[in-house]
Amino acid sequence: MTLITQGAEAHLYKTTFLSPSIPAALKIRPSKPYRHPILDRRLTRQRVLQEARCLARLVREGVNVPGVLGVDWDLNSVHSLKGVEKGEKGVGAGAWILMEWIPGCVVRVVISRWEKYLSSRSHSQGNGSVQAEKEEEEAKILALLRRVGAAVGILHKAGVVHGDLTTSNLILRGTGADADAEEEWKDGQEPNLEGDVVLIDFGLASQSIQDEDRAVDLYVLERAFGSTHPRTEPLFGEVLEGYRASYRGSGSVLKRLEDVRMRGRKRSMLG
Amino acid sequence: MIAIGLESSANKIGVGIILHPDDGSTPQVLANVRHTYVTPPGEGFLPKDTARHHRAWAVKLVKKALREARITPKDVDCICFTKGPGMGAPLQSAAITARMLSLLWGKQLVGVNHCVGHIEMGRLITGSTNPVVLYVSGGNTQVIAYSSQRYRIFGETLDIAVGNCLDRFARTLCISNDPAPGYNIEQLAKKGKKLVDLPYTVKGMDISMSGILAAIDGLAVQYGLDGEWNDAEEEAASDDSESAKPTRADLCFSLQETVYSMLVEITERAMAHVGSKEVLIVGGVGCNERLQEMMGIMARDRGGTVHATDERYCIDNGIMIAQAGLLAYKSGSTTPLKDSTCTQRFRTDEVFVKWRD
Repeated sequence: MTLITQGAEAHLYKTTFLSPSIPAALKIRPSKPYRHPILDRRLTRQRVLQEARCLARLVREGVNVPGVLGVDWDLNSVHSLKGVEKGEKGVGAGAWILMEWIPGCVVRVVISRWEKYLSSRSHSQGNGSVQAEKEEEEAKILALLRRVGAAVGILHKAGVVHGDLTTSNLILRGTGADADAEEEWKDGQEPNLEGDVVLIDFGLASQSIQDEDRAVDLYVLERAFGSTHPRTEPLFGEVLEGYRASYRGSGSVLKRLEDVRMRGRKRSMLG
Repeated sequence: MIAIGLESSANKIGVGIILHPDDGSTPQVLANVRHTYVTPPGEGFLPKDTARHHRAWAVKLVKKALREARITPKDVDCICFTKGPGMGAPLQSAAITARMLSLLWGKQLVGVNHCVGHIEMGRLITGSTNPVVLYVSGGNTQVIAYSSQRYRIFGETLDIAVGNCLDRFARTLCISNDPAPGYNIEQLAKKGKKLVDLPYTVKGMDISMSGILAAIDGLAVQYGLDGEWNDAEEEAASDDSESAKPTRADLCFSLQETVYSMLVEITERAMAHVGSKEVLIVGGVGCNERLQEMMGIMARDRGGTVHATDERYCIDNGIMIAQAGLLAYKSGSTTPLKDSTCTQRFRTDEVFVKWRD
């Protein structure tokens, strides 16, 4: 079992399921010692069950998400309950969920590679013939962004909102045999922008078909985009275009998004 | 170079003087004086009265600061003031004082964003280079990370600020506003044991506080804990810890545990997203030791560190305005007299941060 990443909520491990040749993703939500044990149990349980239910539903609906292989929402529950009653500190329960392994690279990395690739090229070359090539490159990234928008649209259509959409929670599924070639990439090399967009990490997801929740989802993605990829931010409209085309009812969500954008505090009210 | 900073965006008026030695060594705080407008228990501060208080104190504090710093107006290079955000009438006190000093002394003005002031002072005092910043005060709640010359807001409150939530609950319970309502809630919460169920409202990267305030206010009314204190009753309740009825201390404890968990959660999410290991807590609520403790546990589990400052720099002060203003001044920005206005709305991410790369 190898630790892949420590997110905010959980630790993600790569392990195997049933046979050593089938990789699987194990997400462990350790208890959060900074939280009060009662609050911690409540939140951990709520979230892991929510995550499993959402994923199960999405798999049924045929959305591109990892399938659930197993879940436990109350590790050593008896022990921890007793601890709380005795007033012991820091004995909240943990929980885990085992999921299908998605080979590929997160979109955050793909985009930053693309940004680096682009800047390395604009340094080395500067003549007019590059213009056409540049447009071709841009077309590729635009297509990726549209696929991202479409993936979110299909998710919403299935009745689920993600709750924490960032480019780190989108995987570009590796294509072909060298699906595990995530690490081998040198600065300035052209990144692969092909492949299906798979949504992961449904730790804050919930079942909802309300425009409000859907719009907040898009808003979170938009803001995460702006803060992680300032250079690609101007192209975010393409994500929304992909979203618009992905299902009926996307129009009213995008309209709602404009209201949600106005919500941050202390904005200038001019214009 | 020497800058004088004037801050009066809420119920404190502060004057600070900072020296950036010409040889580039660590900046020195020459003076940092402040006066707080304190209202009776159960009352908040009204803009008009607060502004009157600030106007009465402005000149006294400037004189005191100059005396403490042992400098004369001739030594000052620029006059920095809070341009916003904050309450309109109180903000004007510092802006007018700054304009007056500028004309009197013949020095340049620099308008400063209050939030950026907090961040820059926190960075200076703690020496953290590129932290995720949690800015929590009576008027602001933001999780901020620096990227490409802007302090970008990752998450913020959608309605009221965390400090506002605590202050208003203090008002419901008629807790003293001296030295600060949040401080008194913190002390009371130390005696609390029972956790009452409150809404937990993290929405995306943002949080919402107004529903929590309504819920806990409702509980206070339901258990007859609002309004004037009745000491005998309070003692009886704390003796009888097995009873189902929560005490004032329990409510303060539950409120703190719930809202701080939310703050730590969104901060942790921002850290995970940016890949940063440092957290800097700034703003008035940043003095709260329970918040610092919770943040510390979170950071430790991630192999990171927490930087926090004490009440001299956490709570609104003039020195942070001087610090941020002087950084801007050295990078060539000044505010002409005709633009030296102040505004209630001024987002952290509107400021172009010229002095960092």
